[in-house]
Amino acid sequence: MDMALRNSSKTKRIGVVGVGSFGTAIANMLAEKNEVMVYARKEEVVEEINTVHRTSGREIHPTIRATFSPEELCKSCNILFFMIPSAAFLEVVRNFGPFLYPYHLIIHGTKGLALNLGKGESLDTVQKLKRSQILTMSEVILQETVAVRFGCLAGPNISKELSVGFPAATVIASKYNEVILEGQRLLRSEKFQVYGNSDIIGVELSGVLKNIIAIAAGALAGLGLGENAKGLLVSRGMVEMVHLSKALGGSVQSVMGLAGIGDLVTTCNSVDSRNFTVGFRLAKGESLDQILASMDEVAEGINTIRVMDAFIKTVGIRAPITENLHRVLFEDLAIEDALQFLMKYPFSVDVDFV
Amino acid sequence: MDEKYIKHRYAPIIPSKDEWPVVKLARERKEFVKKVADLAEARVLGLTGKNPEIIKEELETTLYREKLRIKQNPWAVDPDDENSFWSEVKSSLLQINTDLSLDKSKRFQAYQKVLHRITSRYAEEIASNFKASHYKFTRSVVTYGFSRLLNAARVKGIKSIFSNQYTLQDKIQITGQTDQIRDLATKGTIVMVPTHFSNLDSILIGWIISVLGMPPFIYGAGLNLFNISIFAYFMNALGAYKVDRRKKNLMYLETLKTYSKEAIQFGCHSLFFPGGTRSRSGMIESRLKLGLLSTAIEAQRANFQNGFNDGSGKIFIVPVTINYHFVLEAPSLIREHLSITGQERYYKENDEFSTSYKISKFLLKFFTKGSDISVSIGRAMDVLGNYVDQDGKSLDKRGRQIETRDYFISDGKITVDQQREEEYTHMLGKRIVEEFHKINRVFSSHLVAFVAFESIKAKNNKLDIFDLIRLPEEDISIPYEEFKTACQLVMDRVLVLKSQGMIDIAPHMKRSMDEIITHGIDNVGMYHAKRPLIRDKQGDIVTEDMSLLYFYHNRLHGYGLEKLF
Repeated sequence: MDMALRNSSKTKRIGVVGVGSFGTAIANMLAEKNEVMVYARKEEVVEEINTVHRTSGREIHPTIRATFSPEELCKSCNILFFMIPSAAFLEVVRNFGPFLYPYHLIIHGTKGLALNLGKGESLDTVQKLKRSQILTMSEVILQETVAVRFGCLAGPNISKELSVGFPAATVIASKYNEVILEGQRLLRSEKFQVYGNSDIIGVELSGVLKNIIAIAAGALAGLGLGENAKGLLVSRGMVEMVHLSKALGGSVQSVMGLAGIGDLVTTCNSVDSRNFTVGFRLAKGESLDQILASMDEVAEGINTIRVMDAFIKTVGIRAPITENLHRVLFEDLAIEDALQFLMKYPFSVDVDFV
Repeated sequence: MDEKYIKHRYAPIIPSKDEWPVVKLARERKEFVKKVADLAEARVLGLTGKNPEIIKEELETTLYREKLRIKQNPWAVDPDDENSFWSEVKSSLLQINTDLSLDKSKRFQAYQKVLHRITSRYAEEIASNFKASHYKFTRSVVTYGFSRLLNAARVKGIKSIFSNQYTLQDKIQITGQTDQIRDLATKGTIVMVPTHFSNLDSILIGWIISVLGMPPFIYGAGLNLFNISIFAYFMNALGAYKVDRRKKNLMYLETLKTYSKEAIQFGCHSLFFPGGTRSRSGMIESRLKLGLLSTAIEAQRANFQNGFNDGSGKIFIVPVTINYHFVLEAPSLIREHLSITGQERYYKENDEFSTSYKISKFLLKFFTKGSDISVSIGRAMDVLGNYVDQDGKSLDKRGRQIETRDYFISDGKITVDQQREEEYTHMLGKRIVEEFHKINRVFSSHLVAFVAFESIKAKNNKLDIFDLIRLPEEDISIPYEEFKTACQLVMDRVLVLKSQGMIDIAPHMKRSMDEIITHGIDNVGMYHAKRPLIRDKQGDIVTEDMSLLYFYHNRLHGYGLEKLF
């Protein structure tokens, strides 16, 4: 029968949606132990992967098959990894929605926030931004599809290092133990450790919020302010992440973990990161428009700062780093003045949340 | 008036009583009880990992708690042999513990034997004593008796007692998805989940089920209700099984869940009050007790495992809200709510339903004065909270047909995953609460209570709830015009919500605002000695009891209407 065909496990592959640097790295890791099918939107990319096993200069494991049909991918796979930039996430999930069923398990690796606004509304037009109007990527999946067993993957995972086989670890967060166990079974290797966490919102938020601090870290580097300042930033950044994450429904513990502190330290030291670069160039005197004009992909931290700034103004909490970066990016505050402001800010207590 | 209520009695969907699942279950009662006892035993063994030390600990805890309960909180309905039974358990345990000749597996077997005695006793205790003849009798008593009373009250004159001008269905209005629930009851198994405000609810629902032509539902009724003889008779007649909230030990809870799960799998339509007990605060339940709800999900998975894939093994969740102008127990419920202040703790049942006399007095009042009740039947859902269509097929948010079975599949096979099912139970609970809010019908009395309380709160915005209800009643007065403006403001918002399908309103809410206010004030908590709302000589709005006003106001909690003040 139809059902038997859909669910027969023998022929099923592991699906990966998106073949950017991170998607490719994950697909190649999965292909070590399993048959993998990847989805790419462009037909020529699919062709390239299927014939010469590479795309955009990246090697693709020769057993990996590619498709540009969401339907084919959903039919061929019970487990899907969504590895796409956050700007495209909503659209891609919507395209997959009609072919997803409750038996599908989904793990996403996207760090970003989406907005749940009415027709014709945007961040510029709404007066207030409530929690219900902000969606994490798993909330997008819940809203747009019938899949319920989903999780996210987050942690210090620089694609370049993963592809050359440096040791690393990640967190898979899900409300469902079976999603975590499947993720561990599929990804764990002697070079890659996989932790589990049941606080999916907290883990997603950790990955999102650390991008804000990464921009600040870039700015400090651009101003040439040294390592003490960076230590100060990482510590204060963590406190701010904890407060923001709590306000959005995440737990303190997740920020302390691999997806929070772990990823924060890596990103604040990684000169290749887009978010870091934005901060760095701001400090060198470029304007946001100039920076955006010369970047092919948007740094997620910029969008996150806009969303979080609107949110903290709505609910009336303080988040000095985010607020000041917002003023630098969108309200023409000089970066030196923002730094002055932060140094004078009355942080009287070191840690007040544990 | 503006809306047609269901006035006729539906033809029974299963005419022959012998075919009713609840009758079949009663016929096989003995085997069924044994099956429940055995399965419950197996579950406890599974949960304790078959470790004799852990089983021993559970047995001893249970023994200790049961002894304590018998001593500190005995009820009239408790069987006489309780003391001797638990003494025997005690001596058996003592014997096993001191017998050094027993090796590990022998000791395990000995503990298992004690466990089996306990689950058998619990299963027997929980099982219902349904008798079709009693059911028929009760149903006719309720219907006949009630309609006599009603006609005597409303139609003037000596002959009125025999008049048929008014039937119970004028008093109790049934609205919503009545045809769907009837259809689905022939296709699969229904689990009805109503809101719970009054002890009257279970009898009311029992009557509704019979008006809709459906065979009786089984449901778990608090054992305390069996203390009262009138109730005990009704409950037994309506297919109630007994839930003893004093017993919180693992063995009892597992036996109870097994009973519920097996009865659903047997095909018995069931009724759960998912709030657990009556709503103390008067709010629509927002945190559900998930224990019994989880049995619906388990039973659904078990049916799929057993190969019922054609729809006959499908379980349908039907939310129901019951709307009152007046809740007899309101004064004691709200007092308890306020004293508990959010903390669950042990309480003594002591309320207006404590004697048969008080109940009769209430029924007389209820039928001789005009306070209507409406019952809204919500759209049926599968156990994951997806709506189902007329044929019982699940639909996703975009109307695409999906298989409930797929939720239990992992790698192509149906698997048992307790943690997964716990999450599903949470999801289902959330969906039920959402549906409660959508099908909830606003009455005039809810509106006036809400507006009055919120106006008072807004004028005293520095006070918390406990200070508010301690405000001297004689100091509170709201000028009529101000009150009316505020009512209109809330009403407009309610109408917006209604247009979005987020709430429903009673037909009397379509009158003019002055009429709505008069109707509301006349009806809100109308039989209480101290009225939550009245109008004074100047026509201003005053209250005689702030905590009651708070109780009735709470019915509109959860819609964000507070923000209008």
